[in-house]
Amino acid sequence: MSDRVFGAVFLVLALAFIAGASQFDVPRFVDPMGPKGFPRMAGAAVALSSLYMLLRPDPNPSWPDRRRLFEIAFVVLVFIGYVYAMKPIGFVAATAITASFISWRLGSRPAIAPVTGIIIGFSIYAVFHLALGLSLAKGPWGF
Amino acid sequence: METITLLMGGFEQALTPTNIALAVFGSILGTIIGALPGLGPSNGVAILIPLAFAFGLEPTAALILMTSVYYGAMYGGRISSILLNMPGDEPALMTTLDGYPMAKQGKAGEALALSGLASFFGAFLATIGLVIAGPLLAEVAFLFGPAENFALYAMAFATLGGLASRNQGKAIFAAGLGLSLAMIGLDGPTGSTRYTGGHLHLMEGVDFLVAIVGLFAITEVLMFIEHQGKESAIGIKVGRITAPIKTVWHCTGTMIRGTAIGFIAGVLPGAGASLGSFLAYSVEKRISNKENTFGKGDPRGVAAPEAGNNAAAGGALIPMLTLGIPGSGTTAVMLALLMTMNITPGPLLFAEKPDLVWGLIAALFIANIVLLILNIPMVGIFVRLLMVPSRILMPLVAMVAFAGIYSISGSLFDIGLMVAFGVLGYILRKLGIPAVPIILGILLGNQMEKHLRRALTISDGELAILWSSPISISLWAIAITGLIAPLLLRRYLRPRNQKS
Repeated sequence: MSDRVFGAVFLVLALAFIAGASQFDVPRFVDPMGPKGFPRMAGAAVALSSLYMLLRPDPNPSWPDRRRLFEIAFVVLVFIGYVYAMKPIGFVAATAITASFISWRLGSRPAIAPVTGIIIGFSIYAVFHLALGLSLAKGPWGF
Repeated sequence: METITLLMGGFEQALTPTNIALAVFGSILGTIIGALPGLGPSNGVAILIPLAFAFGLEPTAALILMTSVYYGAMYGGRISSILLNMPGDEPALMTTLDGYPMAKQGKAGEALALSGLASFFGAFLATIGLVIAGPLLAEVAFLFGPAENFALYAMAFATLGGLASRNQGKAIFAAGLGLSLAMIGLDGPTGSTRYTGGHLHLMEGVDFLVAIVGLFAITEVLMFIEHQGKESAIGIKVGRITAPIKTVWHCTGTMIRGTAIGFIAGVLPGAGASLGSFLAYSVEKRISNKENTFGKGDPRGVAAPEAGNNAAAGGALIPMLTLGIPGSGTTAVMLALLMTMNITPGPLLFAEKPDLVWGLIAALFIANIVLLILNIPMVGIFVRLLMVPSRILMPLVAMVAFAGIYSISGSLFDIGLMVAFGVLGYILRKLGIPAVPIILGILLGNQMEKHLRRALTISDGELAILWSSPISISLWAIAITGLIAPLLLRRYLRPRNQKS
């Protein structure tokens, strides 16, 4: 079933991808194949293999139960939040919060997880920014 | 003779204090990456790429660092296989079969020493193989025109697709998806914008480092969240890390066979080291398992896969350097590093940048000797590191991945894209769709298209040019064999597997 759903979704995407190629602006003088040919070939490979998955699916993989799946989705949300938080609150704070959260979800005790997170945040900052001179997002406190 | 002169020149390059320091540093990092479960070589090399930029390394030095990490990870993978029954990375999977039983019998030190020696044996001979076969292959590849290059890429995808997944349809899907993603951005010859949806960020295409780190590192974190709480601490005493001379002597034939098989598996574009260790173990078991000792702690069952996967690691560098097509996931990541530095591997690399190629090869020899020292007398340090629990390790890996990508691109859009690739990677892994063809597609898509279009320009649109020379015909033949042979082989092997 999983294969069927995945195949159906990507079949639609691939067809849209192939159709999208006709929208390209093409100059008057181009090579015989032009910029549209290869995307169509690649899209066709995706479309055909998606169709194959739709018609001849493998047995379902063992998906985690609903609670675990929700948890994975939540971690993804935290990652997205991290992206948005980086500019306003700076790299170290955003990283410390995100790392604490992951550490907690992987089994750290709630009292220990923030310590792990803060150490991770500051050590990456120390190595990447102070030692190697790479630029990381600056927060209101300058780090 | 010329090769020896070039290699000596390479040693001059590699034996500078900076480069030796990088080789040692890379070997240590690599062994750690290999030893820690859940942080494989592709992952490790991918998240360390920003480091190469941060140090401001020139290409030769950057490559020395990265290949040392790569070889180191291959050595390190066995440590957790033997002690925890948990492979540190995928190629070390076969080492668990006899390594862990040996450890339970109180022979952990012996298993570590023997496998370290086998790793050295495999990697060292494979590096010699690289010295011999690399220039030869580069010379052949020199004759390739656009049509042959297109056939070569098709062959890489076909053999990879045949080996990387049980389901050929899914491998084709992965390759097609990668090639499609490569199409995003500005088309060089015509200046058309393709699939950017008006996003300025996408004009230069999808950054392959973003895709790689997303598909490997972020996916790995999500897998860990799924399996949270599964941990095992070391309950095994390591003891003295030596192997009796008699055992080593007994395993010499095993190591030679493992090396030969692994090397060949590595050169073929495909599953690389994982396949190398799998084949080396399977063949050795068939040859030597006369008293039914395999799987119960037979030292040969440790020596064979370790010689095999390290030889494959060396072998996989050959197509990467000479043809520009990576033989494994990790070499794909290194190809990405080179391309980011504006170096295109291929036959021209040997002719135009001999310093880089031979400096790298010399560095591999040095790294091997460093690794032998790190992995036998000093292996205790790495054993202690295995006690880092995943609740500390995985957040660190994730955050280093984020910081690394941000420090290279400075764009939050790319970070978001990386998360998206991580989610995609999780779903793909659940469905058994291999990620490596996607990476390869994103890496090679534009080149492949360029060659196809050039060939068709030469022939004025006539498709027959694609299979008009003996070289291209042979490449197509290998491509078709590579896609079909695993199907037949699997059918042939199945009944026997069920018996054993």
